[in-house]
Amino acid sequence: MPKPAKPTAPAAFPQPDIGREMNGADCVVECLIREGVNVIFAYPGGASQELHQALARTDKIRTILPRHEQGGSFAAEGFARATGKVGVCMATSGPGATNLMSAIADAFMDSIPLICLTGQVYSKFIGKMAFQETDFYGMTLPVVKHSYLVMDAKELPRIFKEAFHIARSGRPGPVIIDLPKDVQQTRLQPVFPATVEFSNPLLTSEPRATDEQLSQILTLIAEAKKPVIYAGGGLISSGAHAELKTFAEKANLMVATTLMGVGAFPESHKLSLQWFGMHGAAYGNWAVDQCDLLLCLGARFDDRITGNTAHFAASAKIVHVDIDASEHNKNKRVLLPVAGDIRDALRRLNALMTARGFTPPDTKPWQTQLNAWKRDYPFAYEQSRHIVPQEAVATLYELTKGDAIITTGVGQHQMWAAQFYRFNEPRRYLSSLGLGAMGFGYPAAMGAKVAFPDKQVIDIDGDGSFVMNIQELATCHIEKIAAKAMILNNQHLGMVVQWEDRFYKSIRGNTILGDENNIGSPDNPDALYPDFVKIAEGFGVKGRRVIKKSELKAAIQEMLDHDGPYVLDVIVPYTEHVLPMIPAGKTVKDMLLK
Amino acid sequence: MRHTISVLVENQFGVLARVAGMFSGRGFNIDSLNVAPTHDPLLSRITVVLKGDEAALDLAIKQLRKLVNVVEAVDFKADEAVVRELMLVKVKADTKARSEIMQICDIFRTKIVHVSAGDVIIEVTGDEGKAAAFLKLVEPFGILGLARTGVLALKR
Repeated sequence: MPKPAKPTAPAAFPQPDIGREMNGADCVVECLIREGVNVIFAYPGGASQELHQALARTDKIRTILPRHEQGGSFAAEGFARATGKVGVCMATSGPGATNLMSAIADAFMDSIPLICLTGQVYSKFIGKMAFQETDFYGMTLPVVKHSYLVMDAKELPRIFKEAFHIARSGRPGPVIIDLPKDVQQTRLQPVFPATVEFSNPLLTSEPRATDEQLSQILTLIAEAKKPVIYAGGGLISSGAHAELKTFAEKANLMVATTLMGVGAFPESHKLSLQWFGMHGAAYGNWAVDQCDLLLCLGARFDDRITGNTAHFAASAKIVHVDIDASEHNKNKRVLLPVAGDIRDALRRLNALMTARGFTPPDTKPWQTQLNAWKRDYPFAYEQSRHIVPQEAVATLYELTKGDAIITTGVGQHQMWAAQFYRFNEPRRYLSSLGLGAMGFGYPAAMGAKVAFPDKQVIDIDGDGSFVMNIQELATCHIEKIAAKAMILNNQHLGMVVQWEDRFYKSIRGNTILGDENNIGSPDNPDALYPDFVKIAEGFGVKGRRVIKKSELKAAIQEMLDHDGPYVLDVIVPYTEHVLPMIPAGKTVKDMLLK
Repeated sequence: MRHTISVLVENQFGVLARVAGMFSGRGFNIDSLNVAPTHDPLLSRITVVLKGDEAALDLAIKQLRKLVNVVEAVDFKADEAVVRELMLVKVKADTKARSEIMQICDIFRTKIVHVSAGDVIIEVTGDEGKAAAFLKLVEPFGILGLARTGVLALKR
């Protein structure tokens, strides 16, 4: 695989670095160290054993053995989402590699920088259905930002440098590197390039908003009577939360985020409309529905945000700033598409406002309306004699004073976590949002806790999702990773049950997790299944079940005070629905408030 | 509508699969596809002809441009590019029919590149209209085999 020589050589030409003689596997480890990697989640097997041997020879990288490759890959994603750095995981060929697939697709959907290394069979066996062979390069094609199958060990340094650049630059995403066993075993003297070069110009020169476009945005704001910001995950990827705060304050604009954008703008700020979309704040949805100017920053008009796109922000002029030009006019036609890094665009907008002495438009009637909605229709729930799931989240928020990293599985609990925990900082709500992969929560918490050992990291999970990667309790116990899980246990697949109740006449289609003739609940504790406390105990992890409302607070406090992994099994009724709700494909006018 | 899309890519394994996947993953049926190196052996040009929904295709092209190994991707408008195709067609030709076939070849300025006792292989170059007209005339003799490059296009 020759690499085209490019005429883009920088003025001061950095020299490549020639390494000592080593084998391919050691070269891989050396490349990881050079990219600043200090932790990898890796599960060994025949085709990746050389790499594990090489990892055993270094003390610069902590190798964490997950108990399932999917757990390891979600942990790498949790690490990446919490830090903004590239997460790294590794698996052997065949079944090891296929177990990484969900995390790769997840990182692709949510634009998370992830590197997946996979062992591959000896290159002479490729294509022959050798033991544990799959064409991983081929099967991951639709869900990667890029991928490599290394056929020559000499290419390793260049490929790794490129791969890390691709994963973290522009709109981040997953990159896989498939490494045949003979490549790992080859002796070579590696040459580590100082720079990366690409034929595709988009990879080296990121698009930038033009001065005219920025000026036009300010004009649109000045003319608007009902403006609102729609802020997405791109703000977090580009590290633009401080710039957003300045921008919103200077231009006096209220901000509604997506779920990916949660924490990009402080939710306690008076200009915050929290998050909107299918289960988002009613006031956020009304604001976007009624506005006359919608400033979409780093988001992609996902169907869970827009509902029926024809009726989405129907009377608004729409500005869309995104680093990925292929997102412009994809789901929704916009007035002003701007290709560029959001942090750069916001910085320059802020400077432009100062230079021009920009006066925000008079939006008092609009903001009065928004604040009235915000006051009258907050996220709310009704008290019960039992612990309700929303209450458990709210109590966790209160006891952690909002200062924890929260991860989630997928379903009702995922929405309640975002509704009743307030996020004032980015990278605090880590959730599989585009793909919606159940089982994400606990391994993601494990990855985040490895990155931030001094912070509380809590997986708010469902009893369905938690079971999907429950084996990672072993990893946390053995590796002394104090990731905690608070299970909102309703003995059902709650979100599907909610849809059954709303749209399918409450007919249960495989949504009961225990014995359907004797369903466990706060009123029927003997039938609760499974016994999460006993499971945790088997893994050597402390656990506690809480059923009584009066014990909730103390139980959560005990979880927080425990110095080690912990499973708190909170028994809740299955009858709660996530509200508000805009049914799929419908509009804000169809929003269900109760 | 029919589109002729030209994609300049790095000449590496897997690139064709990525480009083709961008169309197949969206349910586009490719009418023709050609790939070969350019004057720079490190680069190849892929020419794809397909029919499809305007907006969906526009998105596919924008997403093509994001692929690491893609240098450029263009959807040629009518007359924006020179468009040609090479076709090899084997026609049944006994001694009686041969001279008549040769006459048709002359008129179409095509070349007979192989002759055997019972058939000839003819090389046809031109736009798709010419290929279609030629095939219509030789069809009565009996077409025994056909291979074509698919459309090649180069910006004027």
